[in-house]
Amino acid sequence: MDPLDVIDRALAHHHHDGTRLMQILRETQEVLGWLAPETITRIAEGVGWPRAKVEATAAFYSFFHLRPRGDYCLLWSDNIVDQMAGSQALMQRLCEALWLEPGRLSEDGLAFVHTTSDIGMGDQGPALLVNYRTMTRMTPERVDAMAELIRNRAPLASWPAEWFRVEDNLRRTGPLLGEAFAPGTALSAAWARGPEAQLAEIAAAGLRGRGGAGFPTARKWQACRDAPLEAGQTRVVVCNADEGEPGTFKDRVLLNSYADLVFEGMTIAAFTIGARRGFVYLRGEYRYLLEALEATLQRRREQGLLGNGILGRDGFDFDIEIHLGAGAYVCGEESALIESLEGKPGRPRLRPPFPVTKGYLGQPTIVNNVETFACVCRIAEKGAAWFAAIGTAQSTGSKLLSVSGDVAHPGVYEYPFGVSVAEVLEAAGVRNCVQGVQVSGPSGTTLTGEELGRRLCFEDVPTAGALMVFDCTRDMFEVARNFAHFFAHESCGFCTPCRVGTQINARLMDKIAAGRGSQYDLQELPRLHRLLAGTAHCGLGHSAGNPIFETLTKFRPAYERRLKSSDFAPAFDLDAELSQARQMTGREDRAAHLVEE
Amino acid sequence: MSEETTFFLDGEPIPFTAGQTILQAAHAAGRYIPHLCWHPDYKPHGSCRLCTVSIGGRSVPACATQASEGLEVANRTPELDDARRMLLQMLFVEGNHFCPSCEKSGQCLLQATAYELGMMGPHFDHFYPNRPVDASHPDVLLDFNRCILCSLCEQASARDGKFVFVMGGRGMRGRKVIINSASGRLADTDFALTDRAANVCPVGVILKKRVGFSVPYGQRRYDRAPVSVAQAQEASRE
Ligand code: SF4
Ligand code: SF4
Ligand code: FES
Repeated sequence: MDPLDVIDRALAHHHHDGTRLMQILRETQEVLGWLAPETITRIAEGVGWPRAKVEATAAFYSFFHLRPRGDYCLLWSDNIVDQMAGSQALMQRLCEALWLEPGRLSEDGLAFVHTTSDIGMGDQGPALLVNYRTMTRMTPERVDAMAELIRNRAPLASWPAEWFRVEDNLRRTGPLLGEAFAPGTALSAAWARGPEAQLAEIAAAGLRGRGGAGFPTARKWQACRDAPLEAGQTRVVVCNADEGEPGTFKDRVLLNSYADLVFEGMTIAAFTIGARRGFVYLRGEYRYLLEALEATLQRRREQGLLGNGILGRDGFDFDIEIHLGAGAYVCGEESALIESLEGKPGRPRLRPPFPVTKGYLGQPTIVNNVETFACVCRIAEKGAAWFAAIGTAQSTGSKLLSVSGDVAHPGVYEYPFGVSVAEVLEAAGVRNCVQGVQVSGPSGTTLTGEELGRRLCFEDVPTAGALMVFDCTRDMFEVARNFAHFFAHESCGFCTPCRVGTQINARLMDKIAAGRGSQYDLQELPRLHRLLAGTAHCGLGHSAGNPIFETLTKFRPAYERRLKSSDFAPAFDLDAELSQARQMTGREDRAAHLVEE
Repeated sequence: MSEETTFFLDGEPIPFTAGQTILQAAHAAGRYIPHLCWHPDYKPHGSCRLCTVSIGGRSVPACATQASEGLEVANRTPELDDARRMLLQMLFVEGNHFCPSCEKSGQCLLQATAYELGMMGPHFDHFYPNRPVDASHPDVLLDFNRCILCSLCEQASARDGKFVFVMGGRGMRGRKVIINSASGRLADTDFALTDRAANVCPVGVILKKRVGFSVPYGQRRYDRAPVSVAQAQEASRE
């Protein structure tokens, strides 16, 4: 098809609406492969935005390409757990089979191979995205077969379906997922109660947000419900399905197999706060879920559970759109997510105003985690008392935990809050002795093998729901180094401490890894951590130093055994700097080297 | 009913009117809070974090935090100035700053702030990024080696109604000022020397051609007085 037609079709599909820019860019790129300068110009004209603004959005997201990315774009998940499962060697093998270098498009424009932060498949890696379709459980044999298919330019549709299979790996269910759910029942119960009583029910249940921070859901909703509306405005319900924290994948399971619980929870939220518009912000890595989710939404419309006159009640209007992200971890931050929903780079906003009063397009907006909405649905269905009886005093209900790494049965486990780490690990089957457990991903907490008695709840170790397990054979320094690079890659670049500080962190970790570190460098790391925690603009920057600081405190020998003994060592190696000169002069004799005394 | 509204900056009372930020009010009162990305004519951006002050032990950006009655704000404490020096060092190593040969030297806010805070050296390893200059425009040179990503050019150009400069990209390598043309060159935009955006850059990125060094080193804005004094004088003239 003519590129212009592709662009114009995407523009028309989204009514030339600039706030839908992300979807316009994605739909265009899905057909054209990349976003050429002419494409950007055309889209800018189409939405009536300055060209540079469109380019700014395209340049922000990892999954938008302003340069050609070839017919096959293969992005390997670079989560530490994928690495432990052998992703780096497999990527190398693929590059060799295709005769190319990571991060560089092949000369013939055939393929591009690189890494991407994490794709939410920690329980079935090594995993990768092939033209943004998820592939799991890679093996050397699969890599070889895949290289063959690529060389023969076989279309993705003809590749073995088995390669694209994503398992739920739901290993243990509880009050949230253990029972069947009949769509509409929870919504009817909420309707019978009325909005005020429904809000009181959520408050009485003690529900706290499942995204990690644990803010009381009812308080957020109350603030939004009380926020004044200007003419033409509505309140907005946003489901944060940007599950980007490496090691977390429970929302993937909820969206795949329990979408009704989530959508119904959103609809109850809309009824409770008086919202007419809803969004699911789905991370780009979960592109493969899009069609199924759209189908579920459509079915719910047909069942009278979405759209105008929900449950046959006049004036109960609410609908949900799915907005697909494009590879930017920072969009998990609620105000960055809202910027992204408006078609802009996902940069966290200055606050106040808070989203509950001025969120999406200046309208009062609540942003809640996928799992929070599922909980809302069950609370509406079964009542606050039932919910409040589960878990602990400060952390009611149950929690979905994504368990990955060195365990026999990686997957999703549902436990009441207050469960000990040891109990979860026992169920997941620890093979070896446990050296460390990373709770809540890179921005979370590192526990040592001695701390497994600690409990997962807001009273002790709060969690967004991820446990990455490292046995005694693992190198905790390398774990922290992976996290340092993760933050350096995902910093939005807005504020100085995070933009530069995460880079310095990553460089220092590389320097230490290369055997050039000194005590001096180890002192720098906590200094940087304090600066980031104290001056960064958003939570990403505040926590970017956490994993380094925690591993440095708890696993210091892993750092120290790599140090040169001196107090200070420069990052550069004088002799190595001469290598180009040696190459040019064809010399390799002793006098051409600087030798340390 | 009292009309008096004041907060306290390092113990000194600062008057303010409702809606003013801490930095706005302090600036108007001739008190200096270090800052780079804030400019009295534009909305606070909150990106440089130089203006970080402390309220009850909590760090906040003074440029984006509303003043309120009786607030006790710590500003020039040794801890805060230490953090500021580190932020300055980060900005210096992130770009390529050759002060002795820079046309902006002596009137550059970054350089002046580094002097003000007693920054003696870069401390961190230099990044030496590769940021090409754009000399395509007949009247203006763009040298992004010195860009501190403060967004003032973006805001000024939006006011001009031209959107010549837009902040885009992500992270240390990606984040940059995007020029509003398909070629990415300034010559292919409608930028003009008379634009507000031509005069707003606090460092030496947006430079007028053919007027370089017309004021000799030694007689420039921050050569005559440190930034804290110069700004207080300017504020009292406003
Ligand atoms: S802390 Fe990092 S992610 Fe957050 S605004 Fe600053 S640069 Fe962006
Ligand atoms: S060019 Fe100048 S004004 Fe624009 S962002 Fe960079 S430093 Fe700020
Ligand atoms: S002046 Fe406040 S962050 Fe830059």
